[in-house]
Amino acid sequence: MDWSALRVSLWLGVGTILILLPFGLWLGRLLATREFRGKLLLEALLTVPLVLPPTVLGFYLLVTFGARSPLGRAFQAIAGQALPFSFEGLLLASAIANIPFIVQPIQRGFEAIPTDVRDAASCCGLTPWQRFFRIEVPLAWPSILTAAILTFAHTLGEFGVVLMVGGNLPGETRTLSIAIYDRMQAFDDRSAGVMAATLLVVAVATLMATTALSRRVGVRRV
Amino acid sequence: MSRTLLACLLVVLLPGGFSGQSQRPPAPTIAAAANLNFALTEVAAAFEEQIGSRVELVFGASGTLTRQIQDGAPFEVFLAADEEFPNRLSGAGLTRDAGVVYATGRLVIFAPAGSPLKPDGRLEGLARLVKAGKPGRFAIANPDVAPYGRAAEAVLRKRGLWDALRPNLVLGDSVTQAAQFATTGNAVGGLIAYSLALTPEVAARGTHAVIPDADYPPLLQRMVLLKRAGPVAAQFYAFVQSGAAKTILQKHGFAVPQ
Repeated sequence: MDWSALRVSLWLGVGTILILLPFGLWLGRLLATREFRGKLLLEALLTVPLVLPPTVLGFYLLVTFGARSPLGRAFQAIAGQALPFSFEGLLLASAIANIPFIVQPIQRGFEAIPTDVRDAASCCGLTPWQRFFRIEVPLAWPSILTAAILTFAHTLGEFGVVLMVGGNLPGETRTLSIAIYDRMQAFDDRSAGVMAATLLVVAVATLMATTALSRRVGVRRV
Repeated sequence: MSRTLLACLLVVLLPGGFSGQSQRPPAPTIAAAANLNFALTEVAAAFEEQIGSRVELVFGASGTLTRQIQDGAPFEVFLAADEEFPNRLSGAGLTRDAGVVYATGRLVIFAPAGSPLKPDGRLEGLARLVKAGKPGRFAIANPDVAPYGRAAEAVLRKRGLWDALRPNLVLGDSVTQAAQFATTGNAVGGLIAYSLALTPEVAARGTHAVIPDADYPPLLQRMVLLKRAGPVAAQFYAFVQSGAAKTILQKHGFAVPQ
């Protein structure tokens, strides 16, 4: 069992949520409540990581930030290391790949709040921020939770982008899914089996926790 | 429930720290061709024992690793399965010099237990199966991308089997994948690396015979020290050329330069 790989995987999941959650709340609410020009295009762009193969994202990230591109060299000069083949680069790739998983459920959650409720809150003298945190977020909470868990679970399962952008550096970019592939290539079926089972257990536990949590939250709010 | 989950997460996560950077081991990272998986792991263990420094090994296809080095991957030594990829890196100015040939790969014919094929170095058993019109599937690495695939093609051509066998070939993306095809019983056999045939996992699944070196162009494996290499990486580069490392490489089915 490769513990450092499990740790990289879990940190990647947590890090992706931390980066995407504020962004998802802002954008999801914006898309749910406003009409504006170019909204259709924006929604399509936000969903596109869902339909494209991960290799497309990997390709563009390497072309943009690789050591052979001007942008990549500039980044390397400032940060002292290349963005690909580092944990930070992996985090960026993972954040982009997970945009649809965070934005869509949150958008649906905010859309489900009736306009009357928002108006009533404003009438009662709540400021927009108070309205957001006291009324809208609690009402959309199950959707927000779903978005976060989906992102986390999807990050754990990510393989293609990680292999392309991260390489296979132990303790840095070798996630559990990469470690399984690596062990398979080395004919080490036993280790691969242990890690595959671990990932399965973590995934099932995560999904069970989501269901349990959203039920409890649902009951309390009603 | 949520609190238990949170606690579990913290226990696993905390020893690492948030950024992968802080936990990056001080040991230099060595990129190596997949066919070195067992041999180089043992060489690295001997290096740690004799020199007292650790190296981190990353295995992959030579082409993939070359591409990653060009894109800025932090490897300090690159041991390839051929000469073409390291030459490409030295041509691009990414290495200290042109590097050295550290080993020569050898080819074997492998047949899984229960296969109608009985392996022999001159491929007479395979020729009999072809003549009988029932060769079944035969695994080699893809000659377009894998050096061992090119060697396999040369052997089959020399024995006059290439054209007859061609429709029955299954091509692995690498020699490791070819070995997986050959060992799992999906093929009557295959031409694979001697180093792979000697691993316990493969050896337990069938028998093999060494192909004479004269039957194919030599599989020279070259390594290079990359520009970013530090002192430990340079020590490792020298250690791979030492007598101790050569003995280990030979034990794992490689020929070594004198």
